[in-house]
Amino acid sequence: MSEYHLDARNILCPLPVIRTQNAVQNLQKGDRLTVICTDPGALHDIPTWSRINGHRILEMKNDNKLITIIIEVEGLGS
Amino acid sequence: MASQRKAIALISGGLDSMLAAKVVLEQGIHVEGINFFTGFCVEGHTHAIRKQDKAKPKRNNALWVAEQLGIKLHIVDVIEPYKTVVINPRHGYGANLNPCLDCKSFMVGKAYEWIQQHGFDFIITGEVMGQRPMSQLKHVMPVVQRESGAGDLLVRPLCAKKLPPTLPEREGWLDRGKLFDFSGRSRKPQMALAEKFGITEYAQPAGGCCFLTDAYYAKKLADLWQSRGSRDYELDDIMLLKVGRHLRPRPHFKLIISREEGETNFLEGYRRSFTHLRTLSHGGPLALVDGETSHDDLVLTAQLVARYSQGRDTGQVDVAIHHKNGEIEQISVTPLKPDEIPEDWHI
Repeated sequence: MSEYHLDARNILCPLPVIRTQNAVQNLQKGDRLTVICTDPGALHDIPTWSRINGHRILEMKNDNKLITIIIEVEGLGS
Repeated sequence: MASQRKAIALISGGLDSMLAAKVVLEQGIHVEGINFFTGFCVEGHTHAIRKQDKAKPKRNNALWVAEQLGIKLHIVDVIEPYKTVVINPRHGYGANLNPCLDCKSFMVGKAYEWIQQHGFDFIITGEVMGQRPMSQLKHVMPVVQRESGAGDLLVRPLCAKKLPPTLPEREGWLDRGKLFDFSGRSRKPQMALAEKFGITEYAQPAGGCCFLTDAYYAKKLADLWQSRGSRDYELDDIMLLKVGRHLRPRPHFKLIISREEGETNFLEGYRRSFTHLRTLSHGGPLALVDGETSHDDLVLTAQLVARYSQGRDTGQVDVAIHHKNGEIEQISVTPLKPDEIPEDWHI
């Protein structure tokens, strides 16, 4: 299991989701990706994207407009 | 046993593409969704920026639709290749700067590339014949097939019976008898089908899902091109056109003035790239200056910013001008009165 970080601050949805999607494509099952973003839309969109693609949200917090989402890569496919 | 056929569905987040994907899913086809981000999508952005929209759901409707259908969704960044479509559309524009027919061919073409790369069999769209004035007329539907390269791998389940059978229908991957013959601008057939599928909640975007169909937005984009003497743009340019009050007091510069806290927060992210102004003595907006300005120009911009501050009815407002080199200049100005701002300054 490896840990990765993605800086998606100051961009608006769906760009944080696209960056997350593109980052996860290069990861292995069990890897963890920490996404830092500022668009509150990401609080909804990244968990939805993770659910429909079979990944797991380990942690999500919104600390003074800075959003941190930790994803564990599970499902991999097309 | 024949292998399961796979289709990619263009998912916009609206009802039609949702129904089209559902119709094909019901026939036992493996369906995944694809959504293209052009930079002009209305989806999510303005809700995220504007504080007054905070009560509205910030969900991405394409993702939401995919979850309702139980399918994967691939969101593809097409900002760069899409520029050709916007800047030089082969079939021209609609009522504003919307190149709808070229856009449809472009997106189906991108989906065609995707199915070739990922081993999928065909493409689904939610098009309904006659629903949209530019891109869904009967005589242009073959244009999209031809110019996208998808040919008869493009299936429009909601109006398939009004069109020649496609390869998936001829090969028996899809039962043509279970596809539909919807046409025209009425939404009743789609709503009835939604009810049949038990779909009770769906997005109904007012004014479409693309900023290029918006007259005010198109005017600002046309102004951007004219002021630069070139029909080009970067993502930041088209994002900034979605935000704030835009005024061009002189041909060589314009001001982008935030209208509320959400827009101020958004413009904060861009302030280092622009000369920008803030009011000091009163609450007020953040304003970015796009263009090269003289000292007199900056005094005028300060008066305009003061006009939109809480000091608009006072005699003097203190304004800080933050130059791009980091210098900060403080001046006191008299706010412009509404009748001192010509209508044609507003873009």
